[in-house]
Amino acid sequence: MRYYDKLVFELGKSGRVAFSLPEAKTGAVIPAELRRSSSPALPELSEVDVVRHYTNLSQMNFGVDTGFYPLGSCTMKYNPKINEEIASMPQWQGIHPLQPDSTVKGVREVYGKMERCLSAITGMARFTFLPCAGAHGELTGLMLMRAYHESRGDSARIKVIVPDSAHGTNPASAAVCGLQIVVVKSRPDGRVDVDDLKPLLGPDVAGIMMTNPNTLGLFERDIKQIAQLVHDCGGLLYYDGANMNPLVGVVRPGDMGFDIMHLNLHKTFSTPHGGGGPGSGPVGVCEKLADLLPSARTSAYNGNFSVILKAYAYILMLGRENVRMAGRLATLNANYIKESLKDVFKLPVEGVCKHEFVFDGLIDDGSSTGQNGATTLDVAKRLLDFGFHAPTIYFPMLFHQSLMIEPTETESKETLDSFIEVMHKIAMEAKNDPSILHNAPHNAPVGRPDETLAARQPVLKFTV
Amino acid sequence: MSKVLEGIRYSESHEWVKAEGNIAYIGVSDFAQSELGDITYVDVPGEGEIVTKGVEFGALESVKTAADLVSPVSGKIIEANGSVIDAPELINQDAYSAWIVKVEMSDPSEIDTLLTPEEYGNIAK
Repeated sequence: MRYYDKLVFELGKSGRVAFSLPEAKTGAVIPAELRRSSSPALPELSEVDVVRHYTNLSQMNFGVDTGFYPLGSCTMKYNPKINEEIASMPQWQGIHPLQPDSTVKGVREVYGKMERCLSAITGMARFTFLPCAGAHGELTGLMLMRAYHESRGDSARIKVIVPDSAHGTNPASAAVCGLQIVVVKSRPDGRVDVDDLKPLLGPDVAGIMMTNPNTLGLFERDIKQIAQLVHDCGGLLYYDGANMNPLVGVVRPGDMGFDIMHLNLHKTFSTPHGGGGPGSGPVGVCEKLADLLPSARTSAYNGNFSVILKAYAYILMLGRENVRMAGRLATLNANYIKESLKDVFKLPVEGVCKHEFVFDGLIDDGSSTGQNGATTLDVAKRLLDFGFHAPTIYFPMLFHQSLMIEPTETESKETLDSFIEVMHKIAMEAKNDPSILHNAPHNAPVGRPDETLAARQPVLKFTV
Repeated sequence: MSKVLEGIRYSESHEWVKAEGNIAYIGVSDFAQSELGDITYVDVPGEGEIVTKGVEFGALESVKTAADLVSPVSGKIIEANGSVIDAPELINQDAYSAWIVKVEMSDPSEIDTLLTPEEYGNIAK
């Protein structure tokens, strides 16, 4: 990889253009006092310079098309190219959200059929496609939770219970929605402690937010009992769909007792994720909340249609029979890595996991050599040298050296084996000479940026 | 191995308190700073704010995570340490000299309910 770190502002020359726009005729429309007196300082480049700039930058990137990406709780699964092909069809690309309904019947049909698919997969009665990401879905779902209680004149319900292993977005979304957060502890086996939950329940509880399987990749076996307890106190259950991948076609949140949920189409349903977005976080509700759906108007128009279309393509590609295989293979892959590496990494909770699991750092971090021990950060940095994306690190915060691995279903045994081999090699290096890890990465274009300096004295704009 | 200073008291949420009469200096322990890593931001209310024992009153942000500050005593903040707010690295350099807020305690006997250095040393591992 050739190192490339130029900014587009550093390129080009005054007067150079890639595209010539016709002269603007807006002068008469925009009042003089609103017009700028000088030209904006935009980069001036030829088309080929622009193309090379962004191509060079893109080659510095690492994506799921480049290599293995075991980022726990993010479900960085491969995005089948047929999804893109279908979403790129000119019949979809030219549409506008404001064109008359009668001219976009096909789009309406996709929304309708997708809603039926998601309802069948989750056991929810209705879905809204407005939310454009997971956290956006959480906020929408919590607004529906509030609307439900308020519609019954039950305005004292201001608390949301969140497990200590929850995704950070859960308490954050609850806070944005004006609700108070109460934390329920996990038991040593990594599941929600029902005995700790019971005293938290009461007439002030709006609901509980749960991920199942949770962030340790463990199925919450007591979910039926938890649902009963929460419903008995008048609260609702919110399902965070971030970890839905292993359950598709196997178990339905609606059957577990959840009332509201979101799905991350950009995780579970194979649409691009992260910087490759945009995302989509459809929210489903059970029958008793269905009439409230229109009250949570959290985006303009009707969400990110192209993402919904890609996810619909994924579901149809697999079909009812095969969609359940994805989660099963993801579960098999995760357990294969876990069992293959637990001789060198600490596994805090034994047993079968679902699609992901968490190690708590190295068993032998090399501190017996007299040097500082190798940390989870060091392991993650060293992985980059071998062409793997690092797993999620230091989350969940239940452990000090969390290393959260999610391989997804699309990886071959050969890919898994080469990852396992590299992780063993790294563990051996740590044991014998942790300095190799402290100084990693050795091959990446950027080593260890000074995160502290960047956080304390951020430089937020380019200056010549 | 993180340091536990003698002569002061600790909370289970890793704050330390040094009492001088009814005035309490509050900071976070050496164990807390080493767990957090480089601290980049100290978010605390200013003079006059009421704090309650066991209740969150501010937060620390580090490169790794963010953590609530939980008040080990009840009372009124009479000063937030401007030097530490301007330079959060002081907490990483010496957690026990970098006090974060100074509180006028409403009930100085609360100090006796906090952990001794020996008790705290047993949990901060």
